[in-house]
Amino acid sequence: MTELWEGLVTAVKLIISLDPEVMEIAGRSLAISATSSTIAALICLPLGAVIHSNKFPGKRTLINIVQTLFSLPTVAVGLFVFVLFSRAGPIGGLDIMFTPVAMVIGQVILISPIMLGLTISALSGVDKAIADTAISLGASGLQTAVITLREARFAVLAGLIMGFGRAISEVGLSLMVGGNIAGFTRTITTAISLETSKGDLELALALGIILIVIALVINLVLNRVQQR
Amino acid sequence: MTMALIETVNIGQKYAGQYILKDVNLNINRGEVFALIGPTGAGKTTLLRLLDLLEVPASGSVYFDGMDVTDNKSLRLQARRRMSFVLQKPVVFNMSVYNNVACGLRWRREKEATIRQRVSRALELADMAEYINRNARTLSGGETQRVAIARALAVAPEVLFLDEPTANLDPISTSKIEEVLAHIIGDQKTTVVMATHNMSQGQRLADRIGVIMNGEILQTGSPGDIFSTPQKKEVAEFVGVDNILSGVIVNRDNELVTIDIGGNLIQAISDYPIGEEVHALIRPEDITLAPRKDASSARNTFEGRIARIFPVGALVRVEVACGFPLLAVVTKRSAEDLSLAVNKRVYATFKATAVHIIKRWN
Repeated sequence: MTELWEGLVTAVKLIISLDPEVMEIAGRSLAISATSSTIAALICLPLGAVIHSNKFPGKRTLINIVQTLFSLPTVAVGLFVFVLFSRAGPIGGLDIMFTPVAMVIGQVILISPIMLGLTISALSGVDKAIADTAISLGASGLQTAVITLREARFAVLAGLIMGFGRAISEVGLSLMVGGNIAGFTRTITTAISLETSKGDLELALALGIILIVIALVINLVLNRVQQR
Repeated sequence: MTMALIETVNIGQKYAGQYILKDVNLNINRGEVFALIGPTGAGKTTLLRLLDLLEVPASGSVYFDGMDVTDNKSLRLQARRRMSFVLQKPVVFNMSVYNNVACGLRWRREKEATIRQRVSRALELADMAEYINRNARTLSGGETQRVAIARALAVAPEVLFLDEPTANLDPISTSKIEEVLAHIIGDQKTTVVMATHNMSQGQRLADRIGVIMNGEILQTGSPGDIFSTPQKKEVAEFVGVDNILSGVIVNRDNELVTIDIGGNLIQAISDYPIGEEVHALIRPEDITLAPRKDASSARNTFEGRIARIFPVGALVRVEVACGFPLLAVVTKRSAEDLSLAVNKRVYATFKATAVHIIKRWN
């Protein structure tokens, strides 16, 4: 018990003193997850608008599949990216295995279903009359999609934040395709898992606290957004 | 003959496999105010959506200013940018009133200075200038309607579509909207196509009326034509002709015909030959009631008993049983002077020229 308490005190000291290692790992985590969230958002917002505003056979099934992929296991994505990019894999020549690039690719695959699914459901929550009004006022297809997204902005933003939250908190994927290389691909979650197994609780706890604070901030923003 | 601004050729629309609009052939002329009137569910909204190119018809073709705009996407957008539509339940975008009204202009890539000027003019027209910076979502129903009208006007449409512009509003908001509409109609050279189930609104505002029922246009014509000479029984009922009597023409003397209404003979003016099965339409306000049989030039007088009396505003509707039911409308004052009461014996009189004869179709 005293060991845990001492660990906590040291962890807080590490954070307050802006310990270089802690800051570096936290910064890398944020950078990788922010990058993958941005890329996923750039794919999912337009794609969601296209799926929402078009009728085609199998649309319901497609949405069901996307929603099923919300709970895609991180290790499954890790395995997929590993097979794809490992030396012997089909595009192993790119040599991006165990780099942040592979982690970003994996996270984009992981969180895209969440962002896409929540974007589509946010758009279906918008009154059909909004699109009709825009079209009747002379909006093109693209302009109609933009105003509909704008009307759904709070729900859409909530979906994007959910995606970011999943990206920054996952561990299996980062470990498998990032390799937890110190100073290169080590993130908060992979560091916690390593340090804990080494018995170095102070660093693990400090990083754990930072991760919880990030989750808290995300939650506060999400709450704010949803109350609008 | 001038070319119509909008022309439909046999257009129809179906939802879930069922036709809700069939074979509509309609011309909307440049500069006119055209009112589509008909009961709720007649297909007015669907027809407006087809004319405004919000929907593609299931059959038939739509022409705008000579172009076939039935299904060519880019031509449709081009034509749609020359029109605007105020939906029955207008929605506003979650932004300021100014930005709402500016939307259509931004989508047309107008310059900011032009937008500013057109938005303030449109808001003034709709009497909403003082709300310019309010979030549009905080407005009342009547105010929302006026923002929607300003938004539709800001793009200076050649055709303005209005779907039941006053259907969900209180009387004060309604008269305010009608005032704005009368102003637009009088001031701008805009073609207006409006749907309404309110016959008198159609009469007040329109140059021409189309009566639509069960997805079909039954009659088009001036408000006077529709009101005085409905061509079908359904139209007559809708425009408030309460006396619709079925009979057969049994005699004619030049234009004066005698019609047998279940044993009672009435006289009217008509071209139809002897033996024709017809409806005789008589407006209740064209029937006079008297306690005695007076000498009169009117050709039709029937003795009967008052079956029912019910007041409607300043008027009293009196149903007289004279071998067939006949509904008359008199003022409250007349009803009192004649001391009209149920079961009282009266004479109902109307002129042959007050009877409008239409052919029975089925």
